[in-house]
Amino acid sequence: MSGLYEELRTALNQEQAIAIATLLRGTDHVGAKLLIYPDAVTHGTLGDPELDQRVSSDAEQAIWSGKAAIHSYTLENTAMAQEQIDVFIEGFPPPPELIIVGAGHIAIPLTTFARALNYRVVIIDARSAFATPERFPHANELIVAWPDEVLQQRTLYPSTSVAVLTHDPKFDEPTLKVILTRRVGYVGAIGSRKTSAERAERLLQQGLTEEQIKCIHGPIGLDIGARTPEEIALSIMAEIVAQRHGKI
Amino acid sequence: MRDILPDIEKWRTRGEKIAIATVVSMQGSAPRQPGAKLAVSEKGELAGSVSGGCVEPAVVQTALEVIKHGRPQMLEFGISEAENIEKIGLACGGTIHVFVERLDW
Repeated sequence: MSGLYEELRTALNQEQAIAIATLLRGTDHVGAKLLIYPDAVTHGTLGDPELDQRVSSDAEQAIWSGKAAIHSYTLENTAMAQEQIDVFIEGFPPPPELIIVGAGHIAIPLTTFARALNYRVVIIDARSAFATPERFPHANELIVAWPDEVLQQRTLYPSTSVAVLTHDPKFDEPTLKVILTRRVGYVGAIGSRKTSAERAERLLQQGLTEEQIKCIHGPIGLDIGARTPEEIALSIMAEIVAQRHGKI
Repeated sequence: MRDILPDIEKWRTRGEKIAIATVVSMQGSAPRQPGAKLAVSEKGELAGSVSGGCVEPAVVQTALEVIKHGRPQMLEFGISEAENIEKIGLACGGTIHVFVERLDW
């Protein structure tokens, strides 16, 4: 035993992002394994450094998509040259996370919907009157602190969604400034068309690029004519799902 | 993978050798997607699946051999309607490849 199985099991049990590659065809190393973590950290080997490197860059996508498929390679200048090499790459993404910044009314039904869709829900709000376990017994994590400071320290994934719902520029804007410089799956911010436009203008003045600001979904949520907090939560969740499946 | 971990742990605690069979490719319709796994213990206990049950007997037989000699095997299942009657295959008409390896990594 090389210990790779133990390592894979531990990662899966802790719901960490990981991929595993298995050599299926092409050399006498059939069955060789390579574990790939985000940021191209690898353990094990498929028997050739160039192959390991190419597989690890393909695996990076599988880690987040959760896909399992055979990838074919040909290598030059090695013992394996000219042969077709087949590698089976399986990705295991962590459960997608929804970070809700602002523990107001909308956040309560939004947590309910997100949990039903197997999201891990994190609530962040500096206002301890809002962010209480009584209001959010169904959240996976409840953090009472300044959201931008928390997010600065936190690992965010391409599968992470962030809904910014405080209605208050002094919380929303520093949060958006942190989020938009990171690679996340979805960013939405509450506010009317007018508020969104004014916010975009202020963020532009604070040094964000137009391209970064365009990533904000605002007004937040799909247009389903939502009026109540519950309906708005539904429209936000629908937008997150649509984004995840590449529909918007 | 996650679905077979508890059983694998149980077998490992008992000191048994284990084989894992994985669907690595699929053409046409097939009951389980690439990545689906069947784990087989040395004593022939099973966890998970690679099909709806139609190819499992052949996979288990190969898995028990792989546990003994340690050399990974690639199996192909999926045959035409005409052959379907006498051979082990997928009733749904697809083709799958199943990679069988010993858990020694």
